[in-house]
Amino acid sequence: MRLIFLILITLIIATAVGLGATWMTATRGVNVGTITIGAWTARPKTGTSDIDPYSRASVARSGELPVGTGDGVTFSAAKDDSGKLLNGQCDVAVKGVTPAARFWTLTIYDNKGQLVANSLQRYGFTSQEIVRGSDGSFEVRITSRARAGNWLPTGGLDRYMLVLRLYDTPVGVATRTQKDAPMPAITTVSCP
Amino acid sequence: MIRWLFAIIGGVLLGGVVHLVSVLVLPRVATLDAYSRLAPLTKLNAVTPLPAAGPGSAPMPYMDPAFASAVCRYDLSKGPLKLKVPVSQAYTSVSFYTRNDTAYYAINDRSAGRRVIELDLMTSDQHADLPEEEDVTAADRLIIDSPTTTGLIVLKALAAEPGLMRQAEASLAAATCGIQPAQAAAR
Repeated sequence: MRLIFLILITLIIATAVGLGATWMTATRGVNVGTITIGAWTARPKTGTSDIDPYSRASVARSGELPVGTGDGVTFSAAKDDSGKLLNGQCDVAVKGVTPAARFWTLTIYDNKGQLVANSLQRYGFTSQEIVRGSDGSFEVRITSRARAGNWLPTGGLDRYMLVLRLYDTPVGVATRTQKDAPMPAITTVSCP
Repeated sequence: MIRWLFAIIGGVLLGGVVHLVSVLVLPRVATLDAYSRLAPLTKLNAVTPLPAAGPGSAPMPYMDPAFASAVCRYDLSKGPLKLKVPVSQAYTSVSFYTRNDTAYYAINDRSAGRRVIELDLMTSDQHADLPEEEDVTAADRLIIDSPTTTGLIVLKALAAEPGLMRQAEASLAAATCGIQPAQAAAR
């Protein structure tokens, strides 16, 4: 009787630990083949047949289709450069230049990967429509209140993430540093 | 006391096994993965345009709202598939996914180098059945092997500005995909 009880406990622990770990890794992802540049991370192998089992599980769980490597690379950021979580109440600036690519898009998503509703129907910018400075750099302001220039509305959302997709780009598995791929800086300018 | 320790350590070790197995099994049993989400919305072996991505209305999470997209859900069991995608003004790409949502091939308009991206998709068995000389004469014919019999082809056309979305959708509307009869493929 005691033995059965012990075995039962063992199995319960095994199930909890095993499935718990799987849930954690499938939601948060595991840093296998991750490129981190500033606040941005990318997993270029996710767009190939060499995708690691953890990314495969996370893709299956979220229901997204990863951007294929011959198409482009996806960089995402949920924190600013100082490690603070992006907050929709705050005034956040994305400033700088992007790596070489034929086109890029910057999009704002909520934590579930849905677009953020707003009356302007503006969910992001493409490299063609963004307003740039004379040196070719740009600054996007991400706030809940309207601003002049490149403004992305957050709709007052608590948490959100930014996704920068580079299309037709040499950036990929071999990319390591800011020098290969200069990513724009993300800074929280002010919070109410 | 020692028994309890044994049960806990055993449980954690066994938990590691459960974790590895469930990570490997998850993609096969997921019911809300991209293929399952798109299956009821799309026609088999034909191009179906996807609705424009909007908040709450996107068929999949993390869709790029700057793109018009269409899907060809394929089943190669009846023969190879022929795909033709006219190139849009800005940027067009074609990505291939297996049944388990793995991107195994992607091509864009520049790497295709023509006004129309033309591809033949087949299983490796069907590719092996192709006559030898066919491969040679078809040097400019792009043949892609699909690792699975079923899967998804996603066609995307960039609307660099929101006003160009109509044009991007129109260029994708001219795309075709369909099964080619086995004889025609072997000829």
